[in-house]
Amino acid sequence: MNFSNAIEIKGLTKRYGPVVALDRIRLEVRRGELFGLIGPDGAGKTTLFRLLTTLIDPDEGQASVNGMDTATEYRNIRKTIGYMPGRFSLYPDLTVDENLAFFAALFGTNLRDSHDLIDPIYRQIKPFRTRRAGKLSGGMKQKLALCCALIHRPSVLFLDEPTTGVDAVSRSEFWDMLAELKAKGISILVSTPYMDEANRCDRIALINEGKVLGIDTPQGIVSGFNAPLFALHGDDMFGLLKAARCYAGVRTCYPFGQTHHLVTESGFNAVRFIETLSAEGFSAIELYPVEAGIEDVFIQRMENESGQSHIG
Amino acid sequence: MGSFLSFVRKETLHIIRDPRTMLVVLLMPIVQMTLFGFAISTEINNIDFAVVAPNRTSAIRQQVERLAANAYFTYKGFISPKETDEVLRRGETDVVVVFADDYDRKTLSSALSPTDGAAIQLVFDASNPNIAAAGAGYLQQVLSVGGPATLIEPEMHLMYNPQMKSAYNFVPGIMGLIFILICAIMTSVSIVREKETGTMEVLLASPVRPIRIILAKMIPYFALSCINLATILLLARYALDVPISGSTAGIVAISLLYLILALALGLFISTIADTQVMAMLISGMVLMLPVIMLSGMVFPIENMPKILQALSTIVPARWYIAAIRKLMIEGVPFAAVLKEFAILSGMTLALIGIALRKFNDKLE
Repeated sequence: MNFSNAIEIKGLTKRYGPVVALDRIRLEVRRGELFGLIGPDGAGKTTLFRLLTTLIDPDEGQASVNGMDTATEYRNIRKTIGYMPGRFSLYPDLTVDENLAFFAALFGTNLRDSHDLIDPIYRQIKPFRTRRAGKLSGGMKQKLALCCALIHRPSVLFLDEPTTGVDAVSRSEFWDMLAELKAKGISILVSTPYMDEANRCDRIALINEGKVLGIDTPQGIVSGFNAPLFALHGDDMFGLLKAARCYAGVRTCYPFGQTHHLVTESGFNAVRFIETLSAEGFSAIELYPVEAGIEDVFIQRMENESGQSHIG
Repeated sequence: MGSFLSFVRKETLHIIRDPRTMLVVLLMPIVQMTLFGFAISTEINNIDFAVVAPNRTSAIRQQVERLAANAYFTYKGFISPKETDEVLRRGETDVVVVFADDYDRKTLSSALSPTDGAAIQLVFDASNPNIAAAGAGYLQQVLSVGGPATLIEPEMHLMYNPQMKSAYNFVPGIMGLIFILICAIMTSVSIVREKETGTMEVLLASPVRPIRIILAKMIPYFALSCINLATILLLARYALDVPISGSTAGIVAISLLYLILALALGLFISTIADTQVMAMLISGMVLMLPVIMLSGMVFPIENMPKILQALSTIVPARWYIAAIRKLMIEGVPFAAVLKEFAILSGMTLALIGIALRKFNDKLE
C-alpha cells in the first residue's frame, strides 16, 4: 500500500439530534506522521475517532483510511488499523497474558508475529503477566492496551486520549513509545486534552465544539499568535483578573496556572497599566512579557470563532 | 476455528473468574426445586382432622380409624358439635368430619331419599382454598373406599398424579423458568457488559465478524444450562419422585431446543438494551413475568380470559412446559409433542433471524 496520506477527511459532519458533534471537518494525516488532536472534553475528538475506525457513519462528507472509504470499505479498513478507545477497554477479569492472547486471536495472529513491535512495550509489563488487567496501575493498563492495539501490526494507529488519568512519568514514557512506533513507519492519530503533549506531535489540529480551529506544526501554531502577551501576578489574583478585564487596551485576561495571561492591543503601555493598578490598591504586582503557548493560541482562536459566530 | 476456540475460552474465563455468579447459576435450580418441591407445596399433606360423632357406633369408629391410619391425615380427637367452629378458628384442625346422628341407618338403607340429608358432613377451614379443595377431594375418596356405596356421588379418578403431587406440576414449570433465566439474562447481560465497558468498540473495530464472538459467548452458557438440566432431572427423579415416564432422549432433545431459543432471546435483548441494568429489566419484565403468569406454570391456561390465552401462545415457555408435562408425567412418545417441537423450532429460527438482523457491526 502506498498512499501519500494515511487519513483523509473531507467535509465530515456528524449530528446527534440537534447537537452538531462534528462540523465540516477537513484534515489529513500523512503517512508515518504522528498527528495530535488537541481539544477539551466534548470537542468531538471521540466522535471523530469512531468515524475513522468505522464504528459510526457520517451524516455528511467523506473520510478514508489508507485510501479506503470508512463508510463502504470498512471491513478492509478494520484489518489495517489499531484502535485504543478512551476508556480502558480490555477485560479487567482476565490477566495480562490472557488479554493479549484474546486480542491476538481476534486479529488472527499471535504474539510471535508482532514480537519486534510489541516487545519494547511488553517487556515493561511482563513482570505482571499473570496479574488481572483490572489490578494494574493506570500507566500499566495503557501499555497493555497499546500492546493489544499493536498485535496485528496495524499501519494506522488510533489512540483516543491514551494518557488521560495517567501519572506524569507514565505519560512521558508513553509518548516515548509513540515516537518509537512512528520511527517504525506507523501513522498515528492521537488525541489529548493536555496542551503540553501537543509539542510531541509532528502536526496538530486544534478542535473545539466540532470545528477545526487550526492545523499546523506545534511551532507553526504557536508562531501564529499575533498579539502581545504578558503574565500578570499579584496578591489579590481574583481582583486583578476583574480589574485587568476592565482596562482599556487589554483584549482578554484569563487565569493561566499561577498567573494570569494578558492579551493586549499592540500599543499597550505596561508601565501605565501597573501604575493604574497600584492606584486602585493592588500590591506586589508583577507583569512581564511571555511567549505564547499552544493553550494561548487555543483560547485566542476559540474567542475569534465565537466572535465570528456571534456576528454571523 | 482456532480463534473461535480462544473466544470460547475467554468467555469461560469470564464465568470462572466470577464464582459468585456461577454459584448462583448452578445453585438456582437446586434452590428452586427444593422450594417448589417441598416448601411451597399445594399437595395434601398433614391434614389435621377432628371428629364429631354423637353416636360412636362401630361403623363410625372403623371410618375414623381408616382415616387416622392414612399418611396424609392426622387424627386430632373427638369434639362436641358446639366446639366445631372454635377448633377450626384456633387452627387446631383443618377439617371437622361430622357424622350424622343416624349414620348407621343412613348408610345401611339401600334407598335413601334426598330429604334425609347426608350421612357425613365435612367442615373445612377454607382460608387456604387450595388445601381445602384438594383435601376435600382426597378425604371424600378415602371415606368412600370400602365404605357404603351411597357416599360415592361423583366417581373421581385422578390420572397420572393421583395424589395431586405439586412436584409434577412444578418441575416442568421450573425448567421453563430456569433455562430462560440463565440463558437469556446471562447472555444478554454479558453481551451488553461489553457495550457498557467499551470493549465492544474494540471488538467491532477488529476484522472478526462480531457474530462469531457472540456465538462463542453462548457456548459456555449453553454448557452451564446443560449441567442445570442434568441437575433438575436428577433432583426431580430421585428427590421429588417425579416419574420420568417418557423417553429421556425426548426430554433432553426438546430441552436443548428450548435452551437455544433462550440464548437467541438473550441475543435479541442485547440488541435493544444499552446497559446491563436495562438488559436485566427487560429480561425480568419481558421474560420472567409471562413465564410465571402465562405459561400455565402457576395458573391453568384453560381458566384464563380469551385474550390472555391468545397472549400465552407467544410465550415459548408455555409450549415447552406443555411438552415436558406430556413427556415426563404422561409418558407419551415423542411423536405426541411434535406440535410443541415445531412451534418452538419456528420461534427459535424467527428469534435468531431477528437478532442477527438487528445485531449491527457498527455502534449505531
